[in-house]
Amino acid sequence: MNAPHSRRAFLAGTGALVIAFSSRKAFAQEGGPPNQGMGPAGVKKLPGDLSKFPKTDSWIKLEANGRVTVFAGKAELGTGVKTAFTQCASEEIDLPASSITMITADTALTNNEGYTAGSHSMQDCGTAIRYAAADLRATLIELAATRLSANAAELKVANGVITAPDGHKVTYGELVDGLDQARDVRPETKIKPNNAFTVIGKPFDRVDIPGKLTGTEMYVQDMRPEGMLHARVVRPPGYGAKLSNIDTAKAEKLPGVIKVVRDGSFLAVVAQREDQAILAMHVLEDSAHWDDQTKLPKQSDIHNVMMAFPHDDTTILDKGILGQPGAKSLKASYSRQYQSHASIGPSCALALMEGDKLTVWSHAQGMFPLQNGLSKLLAMPPENIRCIHTEGSGCYGHNGADDAAADAALIARAVPGKPIRVQLMREQENGWEPFGPAMSTNVSATVDAAGKIVDWQYDVWSTTHNNRPGGAGNLLAGQHLATPFTPDPPKPIPQPEGGGDRNAVPLYVFPNARVISRFIPTMPLRVSALRGLGAYMNVFSIESFMDEMADAANTDPVEFRLKHLEDPRARAIVEKAAKEFGWQPNAKLPRGHGQGFAFARYKNLGAYCAVAMDLSVDRQTGIIKIGKVVASVDSGEAVNHDGIRNQIEGGIVQSASWTLLEEVTFSGTEITSRDWSSYPILRFTDIPDSVDVHVIDRPDERFLGTGEAAQGPTGAAIANAVRRATGVRIRNLPLNPANVKAAIGV
Amino acid sequence: MRRFLLGLITFGVIGFAAFFVWAWHSEIAPVRAADSTTYDPAVVAKGAALASVGDCVTCHTQPGGKPFAGGYPVSTPFGTIYGSNITPDQDTGIGNWSQAAFRRAMHQGVTRKGEHLYPAFPYDHFTLANDGDIDAIYSFLMTRDPVQQANKAPDIPFPLNIRLAAAGWKLLFLRQGQLVPDPQQSAEWNRGAYLAEALGHCGACHSPRNFLGAEKKGEAYNGGVSDDWHAPALNEKSTAAAPWTVEAVYKYLHNGFDQYHGHPSGPMQAVAENLAKVPEADVRAIAVYIASLSGTDDAAKQQRADAALMTARAKTPTVESLAATTGSATTGATDGATIFAGACANCHRSGGQSPRARPVDLSLSNSVNAPDPGNLLHIVLSGIHPQSRERGFIMPGFATTLTDEQIVALAAYVRSNFSDKPQWTGIDTRLTQARKHSGP
Amino acid sequence: MATLTVNGKQHNIDAAPSTPLLYVLRNDLKLNGAKYGCGLGQCGSCTVLVDKEPVYACVTPISVLEGRTITTLEGLGTPENPGPVQRAFIAEQAAQCGYCIPGMIVRTQALIEHKPKATEQEIRDYMAPNLCRCGTQVRILRAIRRALKETRTAEVVR
Repeated sequence: MNAPHSRRAFLAGTGALVIAFSSRKAFAQEGGPPNQGMGPAGVKKLPGDLSKFPKTDSWIKLEANGRVTVFAGKAELGTGVKTAFTQCASEEIDLPASSITMITADTALTNNEGYTAGSHSMQDCGTAIRYAAADLRATLIELAATRLSANAAELKVANGVITAPDGHKVTYGELVDGLDQARDVRPETKIKPNNAFTVIGKPFDRVDIPGKLTGTEMYVQDMRPEGMLHARVVRPPGYGAKLSNIDTAKAEKLPGVIKVVRDGSFLAVVAQREDQAILAMHVLEDSAHWDDQTKLPKQSDIHNVMMAFPHDDTTILDKGILGQPGAKSLKASYSRQYQSHASIGPSCALALMEGDKLTVWSHAQGMFPLQNGLSKLLAMPPENIRCIHTEGSGCYGHNGADDAAADAALIARAVPGKPIRVQLMREQENGWEPFGPAMSTNVSATVDAAGKIVDWQYDVWSTTHNNRPGGAGNLLAGQHLATPFTPDPPKPIPQPEGGGDRNAVPLYVFPNARVISRFIPTMPLRVSALRGLGAYMNVFSIESFMDEMADAANTDPVEFRLKHLEDPRARAIVEKAAKEFGWQPNAKLPRGHGQGFAFARYKNLGAYCAVAMDLSVDRQTGIIKIGKVVASVDSGEAVNHDGIRNQIEGGIVQSASWTLLEEVTFSGTEITSRDWSSYPILRFTDIPDSVDVHVIDRPDERFLGTGEAAQGPTGAAIANAVRRATGVRIRNLPLNPANVKAAIGV
Repeated sequence: MRRFLLGLITFGVIGFAAFFVWAWHSEIAPVRAADSTTYDPAVVAKGAALASVGDCVTCHTQPGGKPFAGGYPVSTPFGTIYGSNITPDQDTGIGNWSQAAFRRAMHQGVTRKGEHLYPAFPYDHFTLANDGDIDAIYSFLMTRDPVQQANKAPDIPFPLNIRLAAAGWKLLFLRQGQLVPDPQQSAEWNRGAYLAEALGHCGACHSPRNFLGAEKKGEAYNGGVSDDWHAPALNEKSTAAAPWTVEAVYKYLHNGFDQYHGHPSGPMQAVAENLAKVPEADVRAIAVYIASLSGTDDAAKQQRADAALMTARAKTPTVESLAATTGSATTGATDGATIFAGACANCHRSGGQSPRARPVDLSLSNSVNAPDPGNLLHIVLSGIHPQSRERGFIMPGFATTLTDEQIVALAAYVRSNFSDKPQWTGIDTRLTQARKHSGP
Repeated sequence: MATLTVNGKQHNIDAAPSTPLLYVLRNDLKLNGAKYGCGLGQCGSCTVLVDKEPVYACVTPISVLEGRTITTLEGLGTPENPGPVQRAFIAEQAAQCGYCIPGMIVRTQALIEHKPKATEQEIRDYMAPNLCRCGTQVRILRAIRRALKETRTAEVVR
């Protein structure tokens, strides 16, 4: 392995012994294996991503000074996983957090854990770190037993010091010599019993918060390496626009401008100062002539347009015999518009070309996939490209981060030897990011006289939810080059995780049910992964319809859900939210007020989450004001309760914003939602009065991904409460004032 | 002489008594509000649209309050009057008002109990509304959610706080009766005239008022004042750079933006937000009428508007031209051009094919061309903000960013650079007033 | 050349007078607190205090700042010794990605100075210009209430 910035070189500075990885597999596809289980022929598989990367020192490395370095292939996206990883390591290795250095996603240093996505971080990476740390600790105790001539079982460990009953001690650091850190984590490794925990599940502040709140250099946007130059790109006006002609002389003459970079329709400028780069970018915009052949469908008709495209259908649930007779049958259709990640900080990246080696600092979700994409884009061997994850603002999926990294790499190649910082402008981020796809669902069901659903049919139409790089054509600049790259053909993400059909299979037990996923390869707008993928829309549809069916069965919606749930953890989480909220069937509320309830288990594999809320609808304006929100969540073993609460609280507010306001707007030729004027999100005046999250900790269960669990239930709980407040069921998102007003009338 | 005096006194007493008799209104018996479901939904919908034309909700809702529950402070030269609760609440609203009582209030400016209302409630316009429309508005209001919220007494000094003073005002200025259609004009124009004059009460802001606060009838639509904002002239005295065509008025009122004039701002913002909910045909009728106030040759107007647009586009600076004028200069803290380049030009510039926030070309802005800098100053201080949760241009306010001297310099720069009109005088005193008005 | 007073120190800045303060803070003075979010005065990520009033650094040309006092996030406390508002935000763990939080903290500082007894509605109205995309507002509100309360308590003790 001859990476330009090797693990060896990196660690050499710390004087630590280093053994390079012996093997590295291709990056993981979205949707890894369950984090524990049995391999073929009953051989016990290592848990989490240890199954792919078994070597101890690829996860945790003890140094002679007694400190450990932890290598997480997953990155901090603002969700607090870095803190949770630190807790996992600290607990199992018995060192305080201050003795732990955390390295995250870096192609030269960490395992290739693919994307930080799909709420996989804790189950894949957190689990691996934990077992690796536990195994290292066990090994250290074995060594200490020999060194101290004591029985291993009688040794006490605290703060990196191992003490024998006779009082003799040895520190971790003293045991580094003769320690084989490169060996595979042993399958029989045992983690601590939960009654021995001092760190996991205990209050533990986020490690990154003090720095972020005091102006420490924390984000890729904050990086200022010596000699750094500022770059800006000029994006075409529309998807189909080609740069036909440009006179770059004016821009080149501006003060501070170093170079205008053009390759086909890819256009950028490099300047000494950031403000100079922006000025030059505007001048280039004014000088550019585009041939714009973009043709977009009519926004108001987008769902019909999409459903008319060819689609590949997959029956993802087929149970019993459809067409059962019953007391009452209903059917309904639901839809959502395209939605934007709209990160608060537009994407940014740094790149430095030195000789034939390129280093890129990016806040994208996958450093190894990015390395792969850049290698194709630049025709460079991947081992000559190092991608280092550096935090950006929250991304909630595949936003403009990868594109900014590709921009920076192309510019750095044109201006070698200088670190190049590319910062997208707000209108570039909002106009060019891959959106969460528009979707449609149809559902019909029959309830019998006993109030049980006997027949359920569900169809979901969606484009792909994953156009992440891999290929260079998935990087925006790749499509704009004179010799352009074609995006990879869109593929559905298979069940059980699913993409557009994520959570399309209800967790409820219905005797006869069919669910069809209708995958549309044609994509009028650029799309990719947005928090929850199809789960938000599918849960919105299913949970709205469950309320409609509850009404048809004349049953309280919470009771109706419980009637169809067998999974005891699902039942517990529904009951918990209802109890904490104080849910009363047919609660008497003031006029215009309503209560709503919804539940889902994310992906049917991750965290369980139920949301109950009350809200009021202003008849005059159609404005929905959310009052009290209570959620319950079961993430399995809870490493950091407050971190889980933070994710669920944030998910509720973000999903409320999606549900109440958000839709990408477009004309026949261009995306028109470009800033906060044209893409409003919730402001403080519209935030729920209160949000309370109750965590059900299950210390004996494995970690369940939490970050996306609240999105679907929140949206449906809002629609359900609006139905009870107004008598009107609104099935097409968003529930913005105009749509609500149109639905409820005067 | 004594006889004359006696006669005068007698005449005075009789006159006063006659005024009293004229001014006295009996109470109309309270009623129990009917169940809201008994109202015809079609009539309620019609009433909703007419109430939107009348902009009722604005003056009858306090900021952040429940709609129609009253409490909005209407500042007048005579003091502050608070919009009343017109929800169907039995105790504090108009729940116990009969339809007849509501008609009388609209036509004569009298409460159900017979008290005179101050003319901040524009019954001098509403008196022109026909009974069918008033009844529809009544149906609409009676089907709103009742809100228990006591009315606030007006902050008006003696002797104007005597309700009878309002009766005197009516004697002088209230002319009851129906609007007579103009047979020379189209049905659409007449519909627009009715909506604008009777319910829309456009003249309440856009016409100047006399010292007793009544609209000067001979100077209708010459421009007036509302809430410290200048309500521009809508007739031939209009200072708009582009003439108001029917289409322009329609877009301005219904869509909240017209590329020849910009956005309705200040008190007009809410008017347009309400008109967005009114059937298009009615807004178009209003547009036909309002546009006719400044001339009826729409084609010629359109030509002049297009010419103005071309000129305005040419005047809107590119970043390059801005950089050339301000880039190297060692300009002081009160150089308007530099402030404009750094604070405004990010949006108020020309160029770029990509979609972005593109506000009106400033040369066309009503505020920039107004005879009074007040509107521009208000916008610079407070910015422009769409209604909660709606899409719409956001302009940040600069009240805390810029000092008084800087705002004055910026306003003067904008006026001289973007308008053909002469420079404003007294920008600084007008700014002091505007700052006072918009609060800290 | 402009002279700016930032966090109590004077700096001579060699930039065009129309340059937005944001880029001078971030690049010339290497202060990370004020963030670029929109460049349009719509999101509040770049909020700093000028003469104790919150302003958008992205639409404030440096020319207007001569002789005025600029305070950024860094002027409110350090990682070792965070200020009262920062302490309140840390205590409530009021951040997810954290990118918008510096602007929130700076605006909260202004709120405390102008409306130390702000009601819940006044807090929300005052904070409305600042956007958070992670949905952390519930915690941010908690942190603001805490900061207001602790400031009031501190006043009483003093």
